Amino acid sequence: MKKKITIALAGNPNAGKSTVFNAITGARQHIANYPGVTVEKKYGSVDHKGYRIEVVDLPGTYSLTAYSLEELVARNFLINDRPDLVVDIVDASNLDRNLYLTIQLKEMGVPLLIGLNMVDIAKSRGIIIDHEQLSSLLGVPVVPMVARSNKGTDELLDKIVELVSNPREWQPAKISYGLDIDRAIDEIESIIKASNIIDEKYPARWLALKCLEGDEQVFASLEKDPDLSKKVRAITQRVIKHTLSTLEEDPEGVIADHRYGYLTGITKSTLKRQIQSRLNMSDKIDKVMTNRILGPILMVMILYGMYLFTFSASEAPIHWLDMLFSKLKVIICTVVPKGHLQSLIMSGIVDGVGSVLGFVPIIMFMFFAIAIIEDSGYMARIAFMLDRVLRWFGLHGNSVISLIISGGISGGCAVPGIMATRTLRDPKERIATLLVIPFMNCGAKLPVYAVLITVFFSKNQTTMMFLLTIISWIFALFAAKLLRLTVLKGSQTPFVMELPPYRLPTLKGVCIHTWERTFQYIKKAGTIILGLSILLWAMMTFPQLPANQIRAFENQKNRINRMILHSPALKKYIKDSKDLRQIDRLYATYVQTVTKKDKKLITKLKKSRFFPLLKAIYTTDRNKMDSPRGYNSDTTIPESITGHIKDELSKAAHEYIRYKQMEEKIDAAQRQAALKHTVAGWLGQKLEFFTRPLGFDYRTDIALVGGFAAKEVILSTLGTAYSLSDSIVNQSKSLSKRLTTDPSWTPLKAFTLIIFIMLYVPCIATLASIRKETSWNWVWFSICFNLTVAYTVSLIISQGGRIAGM
Amino acid sequence: MKKIIPMRKMLNNQDGIIKKVSATGEMGRRIREMGLVPDTEIHVQGRAPLKDPVAIKVRDCVLTLRNNEANFIQVEIDFPDTPEKNTK
Repeated sequence: MKKKITIALAGNPNAGKSTVFNAITGARQHIANYPGVTVEKKYGSVDHKGYRIEVVDLPGTYSLTAYSLEELVARNFLINDRPDLVVDIVDASNLDRNLYLTIQLKEMGVPLLIGLNMVDIAKSRGIIIDHEQLSSLLGVPVVPMVARSNKGTDELLDKIVELVSNPREWQPAKISYGLDIDRAIDEIESIIKASNIIDEKYPARWLALKCLEGDEQVFASLEKDPDLSKKVRAITQRVIKHTLSTLEEDPEGVIADHRYGYLTGITKSTLKRQIQSRLNMSDKIDKVMTNRILGPILMVMILYGMYLFTFSASEAPIHWLDMLFSKLKVIICTVVPKGHLQSLIMSGIVDGVGSVLGFVPIIMFMFFAIAIIEDSGYMARIAFMLDRVLRWFGLHGNSVISLIISGGISGGCAVPGIMATRTLRDPKERIATLLVIPFMNCGAKLPVYAVLITVFFSKNQTTMMFLLTIISWIFALFAAKLLRLTVLKGSQTPFVMELPPYRLPTLKGVCIHTWERTFQYIKKAGTIILGLSILLWAMMTFPQLPANQIRAFENQKNRINRMILHSPALKKYIKDSKDLRQIDRLYATYVQTVTKKDKKLITKLKKSRFFPLLKAIYTTDRNKMDSPRGYNSDTTIPESITGHIKDELSKAAHEYIRYKQMEEKIDAAQRQAALKHTVAGWLGQKLEFFTRPLGFDYRTDIALVGGFAAKEVILSTLGTAYSLSDSIVNQSKSLSKRLTTDPSWTPLKAFTLIIFIMLYVPCIATLASIRKETSWNWVWFSICFNLTVAYTVSLIISQGGRIAGM
Repeated sequence: MKKIIPMRKMLNNQDGIIKKVSATGEMGRRIREMGLVPDTEIHVQGRAPLKDPVAIKVRDCVLTLRNNEANFIQVEIDFPDTPEKNTK
């Protein structure tokens, strides 16, 4: 039986903590949330020397204060869960700043081990660290390592096991912060120790220190004993007054200054600098990348490159998935008998989930590109360069990252985008960012745009797509400004941020990053969308038309069949209803053979006595479709046939098509009536009242209702609502063809619809993420806000367009 | 000759030593935890294309601050005998 121990990984952001975590736990990792908060908890395990080491990756922080959620989570974990050991990952190339966290861990008193990471980078910059000296001065064991290339990880694990096998008590370190503060700490410590309201888990000296730092969470925990709390507050007030008058700083500042003073003493004797050029490689790159003129140009080029990469790389896989799903449908068609079950599986499950999975390649490649940009350190430069612009709109430089992930370059997903807002510290900036995220053109909206653009703006497709990207940014930014001026009024947070040195991203790191986000998207397809597409299918199928109405439609069709059988032109070819059924069936096969160029089937069909008629029908039908007005009868009939036979055939073909078109119209009317009769149809018709000013009819409304579940559904629902013609003559015209021929669809209507889709209610998965990150109130707000914006803007476009005579 | 000016007024590529951080509360904490404390040497690396934020090199790493934050940091610089005019 292996002995189980728990260690926590702490460290600054960019210190390589995740790399260490990945290097020691490998694939055995899990992600969960810390109870009650949205901060991600990553944990994994590794077996080493008879121990099962459970590793918890704490959020990357610079401090352990109560100001940010991450820091609070990290320190609460340390106090409440009491890991056997805390491994502090320290970036050797940036020792002072990283040790600032180490000191705070020491103040807390946790059993500590330092993983001195990236010694290679430090060395290349001429920084040599005497790690033994560092260890003896800090009183903490130090293991030098290069986690990127797996150097030192075994030594780290050895040391972990060694330290854990001789456990020691928590020992809060005594560091001097100047006479006044030291005295106050002693005083508060003894008061807290004397009372017994505080859990023994909390080191009293650490609590005292936190009180002087003005830590509200600690004060709140002291409230249980009002007398104690009053005494402590009095002492801190006294110290604040004193430091403000003598040093013009609050105690928090004085404490920080002393910590750094202490650290400078340590680093001076452990760190040697070799003479080196002033600018390291990373600085030199920055001279170009953030240059006043070159910087923005390169940024646009890099973002455009990401866009090109995503779309060209995902083209082939999307095609494969498409083929896979159509194969699957063929199989289902043959295995499952016709009826409700088949319809449910085909339209409800395969179409719904398939349409979501169909975008996985785009999303995956987009996240891959984003991961490279993030891991290389360039993302921080984008935030740096754009901060001035975003600040004007009440956002933060880091908001860009979330907006790009959500589809700012087109083709992302709002769900991981909303999660990425966690890097924003100010709650108001954060909420403003996540409320405008749904305006971005995520991967699910793209196919809807694509169809509408190909049909109505075929001449400038690329320009149009680019224009839509710009439009979505404009709306997002101005909406943010509006929110920050009204419901989210408030000052802005400090921007103080690190520009991490440029690093070559590791394939492993990038892949893990990509997979995590893609998985969030796939999970959405598997759960929410599956359920909703089944629901939508039911809404669009039930209740069915009453039997008498169905019978009425059937009677009409039967009448047409009788007319065909009595038609003089067709009499020669179709003798009875059996012949008619056979022709219908053979013609369907014929069209298939022609489109697929299946030679075997053609020769088989040629033996049929109906073959000349089939061919005549086909050519006539084709000609009619290509040039609706007038046709040249000479080309419709095969040249080998001449004279009166040709005339007869041509006449028969025309008759057949005429009747079939009549039948198709009845079919269409039946389908339309059936759809109108369903729950979705009823809802769509009710909504039509509101959307008529925008130019949307009930079919579009049904699709938009479906889009509330997931934007992917819009296209397939629109397809169903409009699939009014898949009878044999017009072999299932695609939606785009259908839209081209429908007179109610104009470029203006298409553009209005695109903008409406861009802006209206976020999909359920996005709302669920908003709920997770904020509260129900913001979910409702988001729905109402987006609907209002979408409706107003669309109304202006459609009415304005009408007035302008478009 | 030495002179103390707010960090915001420093020129690109200028060196200095922080003498005082007057920010309090969250901003003060953020500034300090990133290593911007008295007696720290800094070097102004450059500014974003719109002249704000500013990038500075501190203790081997590059930090960015907005101009209104840099206002809270007093820096001692070498003051050349012929003062440069370009100090806005």
